[in-house]
Amino acid sequence: MTRPNTQVMNRAALTKRILGKLHKREAVVGGIGNSNWDLWAAAPSRPENFYMLGSMGLAAPIALGVALAQPERRVLALEGDGSLLMQLGCLSTIAAQAPRNLIIVVWDNAIYQITGGQPTPAAQSGTDWVAIARASGIAKSHWAADEAEFDTLIETALTTDGPHLIAARIDSEPGRHQTDRDPVRFAQAFTRAMALPIG
Amino acid sequence: MTTAAPSHWPGEILAAFKAQDVRLVPYVPDNVLRPLIAAIEADPHFTAFPCAREEEAIGIAAGAVMSGMRAACLMQTSGFATLPNALASLVCAFQLPVVMVVSERGTLGEFNPGQAIVCRTMRPILDSMGIEHHTLTRLDECGFQADRALRQAFATRWPACLILSPLLTARPQ
Repeated sequence: MTRPNTQVMNRAALTKRILGKLHKREAVVGGIGNSNWDLWAAAPSRPENFYMLGSMGLAAPIALGVALAQPERRVLALEGDGSLLMQLGCLSTIAAQAPRNLIIVVWDNAIYQITGGQPTPAAQSGTDWVAIARASGIAKSHWAADEAEFDTLIETALTTDGPHLIAARIDSEPGRHQTDRDPVRFAQAFTRAMALPIG
Repeated sequence: MTTAAPSHWPGEILAAFKAQDVRLVPYVPDNVLRPLIAAIEADPHFTAFPCAREEEAIGIAAGAVMSGMRAACLMQTSGFATLPNALASLVCAFQLPVVMVVSERGTLGEFNPGQAIVCRTMRPILDSMGIEHHTLTRLDECGFQADRALRQAFATRWPACLILSPLLTARPQ
């Protein structure tokens, strides 16, 4: 199987569309680099956002930890394809734990954007993230064909039992705003936000 | 008169976890850890499960501890050696009280040269990041050490590592 010929979308625009649908203090874990920067640009002061710094590949495991600790709160991980490739085993772990409240969004531009746009190994092989996720045991895994379907998939994931994985092909536009480099503040703000009841 | 069997150390660690309200235990299995993992999985106080890689366990623990659930990650020495980037850029940079319990291979009778070499990296890695670590060697002390190390980690919001020496896990006590 190879990645399908879905519409190429824009990560910043899709990130804004996700944030616009969050009204219950959902947790959002942004992966390293541009995934984070577009999350920051969409809602920099939102305390339920966690901006990971250097631990490439750990956005989904961090989100899994949040999801297990707080089963009533929806938790999203926004992760790049290169990052996911670095930690594919976490998909089996997530499938095994099957947290109903976890949503993984995979931004697939097939490049290591932050290091200069070099293609990932998956670019040449045409690796299909949704096929990998399904084969790992995450049955509710889907490619978004276009923005309208992306909206529908996010809304479904926010209102039905998961775990869900949503993959979107994206262009190579870099993130527009870089996060503050203030990890202790991020951790403290996120911790305080997670102590508040869901809306 | 009675001599405690070596298999009793898991009860001491489990009791310390409970006393410090550790409830989530992601692990990468190891033969030495087997009785501890079995005891934890048999206890409904805990949510314990295997991970594909030690980094994953650290990420899971980081997310959980920020969300109000204390966690401890179990692994063996060679698995610990995969962790420096995650410890530096996530656990230490964000000042998260992530607890590790490492069964020590590579010393006191190791047969595998690779394990012996990787074992020598563990304490320098921990020291280089200022991560407090304690080597547990005696059944009569390990419960106190585990309890106090965990208490300090959560109170000071800083990671900690308990190293389970063969002196604890393999020596008749």
